[in-house]
Amino acid sequence: MVFFFACFAAFALKVVNMKPEDYSRHQQELAGWQVMIETYKLGGVYHCTIANVDPGARIARADGETKAEAESRAMEKATKYLGQTRKFEV
Amino acid sequence: MPATLPSVLVDTEWVAQHATDAGVRVVEVDVDTSSYDQGHVPGAVGWNWNTELCDTLVRDIVPAQKLEELLGKSGIDNKTAIVLYGDNNNWFAAWAFWQLKIYGHEDVRIMDGGRKKWLAETRDLSTDKPALKAATYKAGTPDLSLRAFLPEVQQALAGKQTALVDVRSPAEFTGEILSPPGLPETCQRGGHIPGAKSIPWGKNCNDDGTFKSYDDLKALYAAQGISGDQPVIAYCRIGERSSLTWFAMKYLLGFPNVKNYDGSWTEWGNLVGAPVEKP
Repeated sequence: MVFFFACFAAFALKVVNMKPEDYSRHQQELAGWQVMIETYKLGGVYHCTIANVDPGARIARADGETKAEAESRAMEKATKYLGQTRKFEV
Repeated sequence: MPATLPSVLVDTEWVAQHATDAGVRVVEVDVDTSSYDQGHVPGAVGWNWNTELCDTLVRDIVPAQKLEELLGKSGIDNKTAIVLYGDNNNWFAAWAFWQLKIYGHEDVRIMDGGRKKWLAETRDLSTDKPALKAATYKAGTPDLSLRAFLPEVQQALAGKQTALVDVRSPAEFTGEILSPPGLPETCQRGGHIPGAKSIPWGKNCNDDGTFKSYDDLKALYAAQGISGDQPVIAYCRIGERSSLTWFAMKYLLGFPNVKNYDGSWTEWGNLVGAPVEKP
C-alpha cells in the first residue's frame, strides 16, 4: 500500500519536460516587409511564430502537424495583417 | 561591466540550474500571451501583460493590490528572487521588471537572451503549470521617480534639460508608419516628440537576444550625446520597448535618472495640439 501511494505521488508530482525539436529561425520578405519566422516542434506539435524584423514584434502564430503546415498557416495570417499597414510620405 | 551591476542579469545556464530553487521564482512574460502554453522554462509561472500587469479599467500600471494578489498566487513573497524572461528579447519581461521596481521589489533579475536564447539552445521546455503554494506579498509605496507622466515630458520638451529617447523603429520615428508592421495603428499622427533622439531598442541587444556589453552600450548612447549626466526619458508606443531601454540605461549602464514614459506615442500621437516633428 505504501509503495502504491509512493508511486502515485511520484507520478502526480512529476513535471514532464521536453526538448524542442527541429528548431529553425529564418528571415524572409512577406507582403513587402522583412519578417522573422521561428518554428519548433514540441510534444508532436509544430509551433510557428512570425515577427516583423523592425521593430521585432510578433504578428502571427500558428500550430500544425508538420513544419510546413504550421508555417503556412502563420504566413497566411501574417500576410493579412501586414497588408493592413499603411506607408506615408515623409 | 561594473561589478555591482550584472546581478540584475542571469544567463540561461543559471536558470537551468536554479529555476526551482527555494526562494527563486522564474516568470515568463510575453508579447504573445499564448507563448507560455507552447512550452516554457520548467517550473516557470506565466503572467499575462495585458490582463495581469496593468489596470484593465483605467489606463495605468498594475494597481498595488492586484500586484500583491498576482505575486501571492505565484508563490512570491517580498524576499523571493524573481527571474523574468520572455519573447521579443524580453520586452515585457522588462515591462514587468520596471513595475516591480516601482513597487519596490528588491531582487528582480532578467534572464539574458530571454525565450529566444532558451529555445535556440534547445533547452528543456514544459507545458505544465507548476503547483505553487500561495505566499503573502506586500507592495511598497510606488517609486514614481522611475516613471514619466505627460506633464513631465512636456516640461522636458520646453526646458531642454532632459534627453528624450525614442526607441521605436526608424520608420515609426519618421512617421512613415504609424505602428510596427502588421500591428494595429493606435495613433492619429506619425512622427516623434521634437528633439527626441532615435535609438531603437534593438540596438541594446546582440543577435542572440542578450544585452550588449557595458562598453558597447555606453558607446551607443554616447554617440547620441547621452552619458547619464542629465535626466533621460525613454518612450516608444505603449511603454514596453522603452522599459527595455530604461532597464539598459539604469541597470546596465548605471544612469542615475532615467524614466520610462509609458504613455508613449499612443498618448503623444493622439494628443490634440501636441507638437510633432517629422521626419
